[in-house]
Amino acid sequence: MSIQKEILQGAQACVKGAMEAELGFFAGYPITPSTEIAEILSTELTKEGKIFIQMEDEIASITAVIGASLAGQKAMTATSGPGFSLMQEGLGYACIVEAPLVLVNVQRGGPSTGLPTKVAQGDIMQSRWGTHGDHPMIVLSPDSVQELYELTIRAFNLAEQYRNPVIILTEETISHMREKVLIDTSKKPHLIKRAKPELRTGETYLPYGKLVDDVPIIGNIGDGYGTSITGLVHMENGFQSANFEVADRLIRRLNRKIENKIQDIFEIEVINPDAETMFISYGVASRTIKSLIYSGHDEIGLIRVKTLFPIDPEQIRKYALKAKKVIVSELNLGQYYYEMQRILPEKKVHLIEKIGGELIAPKEMLRRIEELND
Amino acid sequence: MIKGEKFFHPDRLPTIWCPGCGNGIILHAAMETLEELNVAQSDTICISGIGCSSRSATYTKFDEVHTLHGRAIPFATAIKLCRPDKKVIIFTGDGDSSAIGGNHLIHAARRNIDITVIVFNNNIYGMTGGQVSPLTPSLKKGTTARFGNFETPFDMVKLVEGAGATYVARTGTFYYKKMKQYMKKAFTRKGFSLIEVLSQCPIYFGRLNKNPDPYDMMLAQKDILISKQKAEQLSKEEIGNRLIMGELVENNDQLSYLERREQLLKEVRGS
Ligand code: SF4
Repeated sequence: MSIQKEILQGAQACVKGAMEAELGFFAGYPITPSTEIAEILSTELTKEGKIFIQMEDEIASITAVIGASLAGQKAMTATSGPGFSLMQEGLGYACIVEAPLVLVNVQRGGPSTGLPTKVAQGDIMQSRWGTHGDHPMIVLSPDSVQELYELTIRAFNLAEQYRNPVIILTEETISHMREKVLIDTSKKPHLIKRAKPELRTGETYLPYGKLVDDVPIIGNIGDGYGTSITGLVHMENGFQSANFEVADRLIRRLNRKIENKIQDIFEIEVINPDAETMFISYGVASRTIKSLIYSGHDEIGLIRVKTLFPIDPEQIRKYALKAKKVIVSELNLGQYYYEMQRILPEKKVHLIEKIGGELIAPKEMLRRIEELND
Repeated sequence: MIKGEKFFHPDRLPTIWCPGCGNGIILHAAMETLEELNVAQSDTICISGIGCSSRSATYTKFDEVHTLHGRAIPFATAIKLCRPDKKVIIFTGDGDSSAIGGNHLIHAARRNIDITVIVFNNNIYGMTGGQVSPLTPSLKKGTTARFGNFETPFDMVKLVEGAGATYVARTGTFYYKKMKQYMKKAFTRKGFSLIEVLSQCPIYFGRLNKNPDPYDMMLAQKDILISKQKAEQLSKEEIGNRLIMGELVENNDQLSYLERREQLLKEVRGS
C-alpha cells in the first residue's frame, strides 16, 4: 500500500474524488459557497479533454447534467442555497427517467439568499422532499475533507448502480476548510458503471423493460437503440401513459429499488456505543461531539449518520434505544430530529440545535446538555 | 411507405393532436427531409420540451428525450457535447421556447452550439387550453386574454439574431417546400440554427379568434407572412404587423461552439 498525504480544501477533495470516479461532464452556475468546485473542475476537466460548461442558471445546469448522463457520461453539478431550490425541478425528472447524477450541495444559511457565506444544515428536508411527487433520494453527509473525497466516489457508484440522483449534502465549513487527506495511490478505487443493453437477435429493445434488482438497463442516448425518455409516467418502451396500473407500477418500482437496498446504502459511524448519552448527528455538526469524546468525555456516544437518506431505522434503533438520553444535534431547527422522533417513538428525543451561521462550540455543547430537562 | 414514414413508431400513432393541427405537417416535413438526407436512424437525436408540439420527438424512432417545460435546449446542449457526431434536433413550441425556455434559447444562440431548433409557432399554449404566449400577436385572444392580448409579442427571429444565432429562417405550414428547404440547410450546417414555422391551432387559437377552419388558417398565413424581397420594397408602416419570412440570418463565418472547443482543447492539450 502506498499512502499519499495531502492538505486539501474540501472543494479540492470533492473534485479529486469526482475525477477518480471518472467524471466526464460538469455543468454549473456560480454561487457561494460552492463555486470553488466549478472553478477547479473547469481546469481539471478541460486538461483531460472532458466537458465543463458554465450554464445560464441552475435549472440549465441540472438539466444539462441529466442530458449528459442520459448520453452515457458520469455527470455532476454543484450548488448552494437558492441554486439548490432551482434544481428541484431537474431532480424530479432525473428520478423518474432514472438518470444517474451527482449533485453537491454546499449548504449555506437560508431561507432564500439568507447567509451566503455562513454554515448551515437547513437543506435536509429539501434534499429528501424538495421535488414534487413520491420519489426516492440518496443523500450523503461527509464530516471531513477526507470523507468528502471518499463519499464523492461513493456517490458516483451509488448513482450508477441504482440509476438515481445522489446528493452530497456538505456544508460551507467542510467545503472551505483545509485538512489532511490520505489517498491510497497503489490501487484505483472500485468503480461501478451502469449496465448497457445486450440484445439477442430478434429481441425487442425496451429501455425500461429489462430490470436487475428493479434497476432498468437503459441504452445511452446516442447509441442508437431508439431509446425513448420522458418525464411523463411511461411504459416499458419509454412511451408515455396515463394508465393507473402503469403509473402505480412505475412509481412503486422507483421507490422499491432504493428501499430494498437500504442496508447497502445506509451507513453510520458509532463511537462509544454503550454511552449513557447518545448523540445522533451528521456532517460538520457531529465534529463538536467527536471533539468532546476525543477530549475524554466517555459518557457521551455518537451515532454519526453518513447516509441521511434513505434511513435504515434498525441500525439507529440498535444503539439509540439502549442509551439513557438521546440527543439530536444539527444546524437547523430540528429537521433530522423529526425523522429521529419518527423512528424512535418509544424514546424521548432531545434536540440541541443552532442556526444563524455558527457552529456549536464544545463548551457550549456541554452547557446545553446540562440544561436539557428529561 | 411514404417518405419519412420509416422514422415513425407505428404503434404510437395516431398522435394526440387535434384534426387540422399544424404540428403533424412540421414533424412530417422534418422526417421527410431527414430521409432525403439519407440519415440513418442512429445518426440523429430528437429532443423536445413540453406542450402539444413537443410531443413530436416521442413519435420518432430516433433516440429521443421528451424533457421538461422549456428545458429542451440545455438537455440538447449537453447531449451534443457528449455526442458531437450526432445530429441534434429540438422540437419546441412558442411558449416552451420563448417564455419558460427563453433564457436557455438566447444562451444557446449566443454559444452558437451546433443544434437545430424548430419552433412550432401556433401563437398559443395548446396543451393547457389556449392561453396567450409571448408570440401571440397583439389584440389576438386567448383564454387568459379574453379581451385581446395587450402585450407586445417577441419577434423570435430578431431575438435569436440579436443573441448570436448563425442561421435563422421563418416560414409557415402553408409553405411546405420552403420549410423542407430550410430544414435541409439547418440539419447539415454547423452552429446554432432556428426555424420558426407559423402553424395553426384551430382548436384554441382558431376558435378564440373566429377563424376555426384549419384550411382558412393556413391560407391566412399568406397575409401574415411576407417575403424578405417584398418587405424590402415596403415601408415600416406598410409592413405593419406582418412577419417577414425567408432565410433571414445566415452567417457561415463564425466558428461554432464545437469548433471553438476543439481549438481550445488543441491549445491546452497539444494536438
Ligand atoms: S390544441 Fe391546438 S396545438 Fe394542440 S394539438 Fe390541438 S390544434 Fe394542435
